Amino acid sequence: METIGIWIAALLTLGIFSFLYKDNPFYKFCESLFVGISAGYWFVTTFWQVFMPKLADNLVAGRLYYIIGGVFGVLMLLRLFPKIGWLSRWSLALVVGTTAGLYFTRYLVSNGMIQVQNTIIPLYVKGNLSQTIGNLVIVIGTFSGLIYFFFSKEHKGAFGGLAKLGIWFLMLSFGASFGYTVMSRMSLLIGRMDFLLGTWLGLIR
Amino acid sequence: MNFLEKLLALDRRIIFLFIAIAVALPLFFTVKLHIEVTPVVRNLHNALEALPPGSKVLVSLDYDPGSMPELQPMAESFFRYCFMRDLKIIIIGLWPNGPIQANSALEVILNEPDIKKKNPKYGIDYVNLGYTAGNEVVIERMGSDIPVTFPKDYSGSKTEDLPLMKGVKNFNNIDFVYNLSAGYPGTVEWVLFGVDPYKIKLGAGNTAVQAPQIYPYLNSGQLVGLLGGMKGGAEFEIATGHPAKAVKFMFSQSVSHALICFFILIGNFAYFATRKKKGA
Repeated sequence: METIGIWIAALLTLGIFSFLYKDNPFYKFCESLFVGISAGYWFVTTFWQVFMPKLADNLVAGRLYYIIGGVFGVLMLLRLFPKIGWLSRWSLALVVGTTAGLYFTRYLVSNGMIQVQNTIIPLYVKGNLSQTIGNLVIVIGTFSGLIYFFFSKEHKGAFGGLAKLGIWFLMLSFGASFGYTVMSRMSLLIGRMDFLLGTWLGLIR
Repeated sequence: MNFLEKLLALDRRIIFLFIAIAVALPLFFTVKLHIEVTPVVRNLHNALEALPPGSKVLVSLDYDPGSMPELQPMAESFFRYCFMRDLKIIIIGLWPNGPIQANSALEVILNEPDIKKKNPKYGIDYVNLGYTAGNEVVIERMGSDIPVTFPKDYSGSKTEDLPLMKGVKNFNNIDFVYNLSAGYPGTVEWVLFGVDPYKIKLGAGNTAVQAPQIYPYLNSGQLVGLLGGMKGGAEFEIATGHPAKAVKFMFSQSVSHALICFFILIGNFAYFATRKKKGA
């Protein structure tokens, strides 16, 4: 049984890879199969992991106040009926309001205040050159990056120079992100190659 | 059309073929690369080394099979390390597939001879509490009550009946949190809803795509350490003294990176050389 599974996985992998040559029916079949199975999998997961334990089990156990969540869930589905679809906005309003409230303080503290606090660092660390350079890069990079996004003053003269420096810092960070992305994609390819050459064909250990 | 112009008009399928060869061929060879353990990985290892045997480590696996090549070696090496050090593992998932990934990593690790000798027992040395819906709200709720958030484990047993979970009420009873993340919800949410409000100690392993977004949390001390992509996984394997899958894949990774750099260089050279000619 495991062998059949490996063969199916290998053939489907090759089917998806075949798109690199050109679009073809085998690729279309694999793509459609993936979309269909994913949709089915998510439906089953949502039913057994969310609907049953979070709603049905609680109602059966007599915790009737869970019906409120259930009603909001049903309202969301009313989008399927254009005449009464506006009722789904109540559910959306609840979701948006709760999420906004939850994230407002968390973002302010974790991504705002703590990050700002950690940018206020000494520009010179006695006896530690690398730390000094690192701190300078953080302070200058943050400052010039912020200047670049300040549009209330024309980017000219010293102000313009700082904005240009900000672009350089931004470009360097984009480059680092791109490098990491390439590494990530290569890792995925390595994983599939290892599966094809090792697990499927048994050519490598 | 001269050579440089032909180079610029090169069929991209030829590049795909070169990349495939660069990735596949090194897998046939065992080459010992020098892998330096960077401070971000060293810090994570040091934090784990500081934990006394018997400490409770919460592992949140927030990824699915799409990120397996990067994150599964990290999960395996982390479980191996915990069993060898007698650290108690509590597994959860904010992604539905997370606990399944944990089970497949455990299957590999529990069959290793060194771990077999230790004979870790389910419920005593490790538990898998499964997945629960709610994303970041799950973390928030765990801060007040873990058994209420996860009333049953992956196989349906009551959480409060598991010996390892006796006395585990909330994050105050957890010594370290390790998060393997491939997106939302993941490390960012663990920092926002776990580290800052509940002061948990957090280490993370991330896909390389996500790693740059996480680095600011390292500098601010919100994150103890980070394994960034397959390279981070390889460094952790070296730090723990047990080179495994991630280290094995690094040769392939290096060759493919070298080839990509080569293509970028000749591509740019050809572009600027032909542009100059056209301008003249």
